[in-house]
Amino acid sequence: MTTTSQANPVRGGGHRAPAPPRAHRPSRRSRRVGRLTPYVLLLPGLLIIAGLLLYPMYQLLVMSTQKVGLRQIRGAEADSVGAENYERILTSEVFWSSLRNTIVFAAVAVTLTLLVGTLVGILLNKLGKRMSTAVVVSAMLAWATPQAAVAVLWRWLFDEQSGVANRAFDLLPDWLSELLFGRADWTGYTWFLESFPTYVVLTLCVVWASFPFIAVSVLAGLRSIPGELHEAARMDGAGAWRAFWRVTFPMLRPVFSVLVVLSIIWDFKVFTQLYILANGMGNKEVFNLSLYAYAEAFSSPPAMGMGSAIAVVLTVILLIITGVYVRQIVRQEEV
Amino acid sequence: MNPATRRKAGRVALNAAGVIVILASVFPVYWMVATALKTKQAIASTEFSLFPTDFTFEHFTKIFTQGVGNTSIWVYLGNSAIVALGTVIVGSLFALLSATAVARFRFRGRTSYLILLLIVQMVPAEAMIIPLSLMVRRAGLGDQLLGLIVINVGFTLPFAIWMLRTFVAAVPKELEEAASIDGATRFRTFWSVLFPLVAPGLVATSIFSFITAWNEFVFAFTLMANEKGYTMPVALRWFASREGTDWGGVMAASTMMTIPVIVFFLIVQRRMVSGLVAGAVKG
Repeated sequence: MTTTSQANPVRGGGHRAPAPPRAHRPSRRSRRVGRLTPYVLLLPGLLIIAGLLLYPMYQLLVMSTQKVGLRQIRGAEADSVGAENYERILTSEVFWSSLRNTIVFAAVAVTLTLLVGTLVGILLNKLGKRMSTAVVVSAMLAWATPQAAVAVLWRWLFDEQSGVANRAFDLLPDWLSELLFGRADWTGYTWFLESFPTYVVLTLCVVWASFPFIAVSVLAGLRSIPGELHEAARMDGAGAWRAFWRVTFPMLRPVFSVLVVLSIIWDFKVFTQLYILANGMGNKEVFNLSLYAYAEAFSSPPAMGMGSAIAVVLTVILLIITGVYVRQIVRQEEV
Repeated sequence: MNPATRRKAGRVALNAAGVIVILASVFPVYWMVATALKTKQAIASTEFSLFPTDFTFEHFTKIFTQGVGNTSIWVYLGNSAIVALGTVIVGSLFALLSATAVARFRFRGRTSYLILLLIVQMVPAEAMIIPLSLMVRRAGLGDQLLGLIVINVGFTLPFAIWMLRTFVAAVPKELEEAASIDGATRFRTFWSVLFPLVAPGLVATSIFSFITAWNEFVFAFTLMANEKGYTMPVALRWFASREGTDWGGVMAASTMMTIPVIVFFLIVQRRMVSGLVAGAVKG
C-alpha cells in the first residue's frame, strides 16, 4: 500500500519519464502542433461532458429558482420566483421525512455493506483456492444482476402471497416468530405498504448487491500487504485480533476510506430499486430525496422548479461527499 | 484440543462460512431462474418446494411470443442492445482520444481535467434527469433511442476515460517513438502501435459502458413514452407492475435481462475494481 506513490515505471508513469534525447530536432511548426495535440484529442470528450453534465447542472440550478410547470415545459418563458421553491421544500414535511429516510438508509446500508463485505473479504483471503474462487463467482452473480432485475426479484422474494420470505417466516415456531418480530402469522403480510418494511427489503437488496464489490476490493487490499508484516507481528507475540487492528487495518485504511465514500454516494441516491419496490410514487412516506425530486418533477401536474430545488439539495450533498473522495484519490495516486 | 485438531476445526469453520456466503449470494438468483421454470400452479401453491418439480418453458415461450403488453420481449432486448452498443461505439472513440491525451501528454489543465472527471462521475443521474429531459425533448430526441445513446455516452464517459487512461499509460512510450523514428506518421503510429496494445483495455472499458447502458433505468423510463421504445429495465418494471401476479413471466424476463450482464461481468470484474478504487488497491 505504501508503494502506491512510488511511480511504477510501466503502469502509471509513462508520461513521467524524462524525454529521451531525440534523433533529430523537430521543426518549430511540428513542435507547436505537438503542444496543441492533447487539447485536440481532449476536445470531443470535453464537449460531451460540458454539454451533458455541466450545462444540465447549471440548468438545474437555474430551474430551481423558477416556476416550471406544464406551460413552461411546452415552451413558455419560465418566470423566476427567487428562493420560493427552496422555502416551500424546507417547510414541507415530505422533504424532511425524505431527508431522514435518505440519511438513515444510507447510514444503515453503508454500515452493513462494509461490515459484510469486509468480513467476506477477510474470509476470501483465508480460504483455500478452490473455495475462494467458488465464493467469488457466487458473489459475482449478486453483483452483476442489474438493479431493475434485483428490485423485481426482491419484490418477488417478499411477495405477500407466494413470496419465499413469508413462507420461510411461517415455518418458524410461532413463539420464536412472536418473540423476534412480534407476529406469528406471515401469510399475506404486505412488505411494501409502509415505509419501514419497504426500507428493510431495500436494505437487504442493496447490501446483497453491493457487498461483493467491497469484498473483492478488501481482498485486493489484503493481498497487497506484505506477509512479513504479519510474521513480524506474530513474532512479537500479537494475537489475531491485535494483529488485525495494529497491522491489517492501518494498511487497509486508504482502501476503506475510498470504499466508505463510494458506498455513501451510491446509497444516498438509490432510485431504481426504491421506485420498483415501492411500485411507483403513490406513497410519500417512503420517499427519499431522489424519489421526492422525481415525483415533484414528473407527476402530473409537473412542478419541475420544485423538483429541481430538491435535486439541487441532493446534488450539493453528494458533491460535498465527492470532494472527500477526490481528495483521497488525489492523495493516493498522483493524477 | 491439540493444535492439529484446532487447526482442522478452524478450517471447517472457515469453509462453513464460505458455504453460507455462497448460499446467500446464489439463492436469490437461483430463485429467479427456478421460478421462471416452475409451472403456474407450483408458483402459486402453498407447498414450499425448493426445486422445480416439473420443468416448464411456458413462461419463456410466453414472453417471447405473446410478450409483455403484446410486444415480444425481443423488441425490448433489441432496444437495450441498440442503446448499449451505440453507447459503446460512440463512447469508446471519445474515451480513447481523451485517455490518450491524459496518459501521453503533460499539458496545462491536465490535473484539473482529471479532477473534473472524478467529480462529474458522481453527478447523480436522478437529479440531472430533470433538466436533461427538457433538453432532449427540445432537441427532438425525446422518445428516441438516439436520445438515450447520447445521454448514456455522457454519463459513462468520465469513468471510461478514467479507466482507459491506465491502459494507455501502460504501453511503453518508447514503442511509439521507435515507430516515429522509423518514419511512421502520427496516425500510423496510433493505429499500428498504440491501438493493438490498448485493445484489451478498450474491451474492458466497453464492457463496463455496455453494462451501465444496458442497466440504465431512470432516463429510459422518463424519456421513452411509447411502449415499443422501452428498454429492458423499463419493460421489466412495467411488466411487474401490470401483471404483478404472473411471477413466472416476470422472472423469465429478469433472467433474460441478467444473462448477458453476468457473462460480460465475469470477463471484466477485476478491472472494475481497480478502476473504481484507483490507486488504493494498487500494490
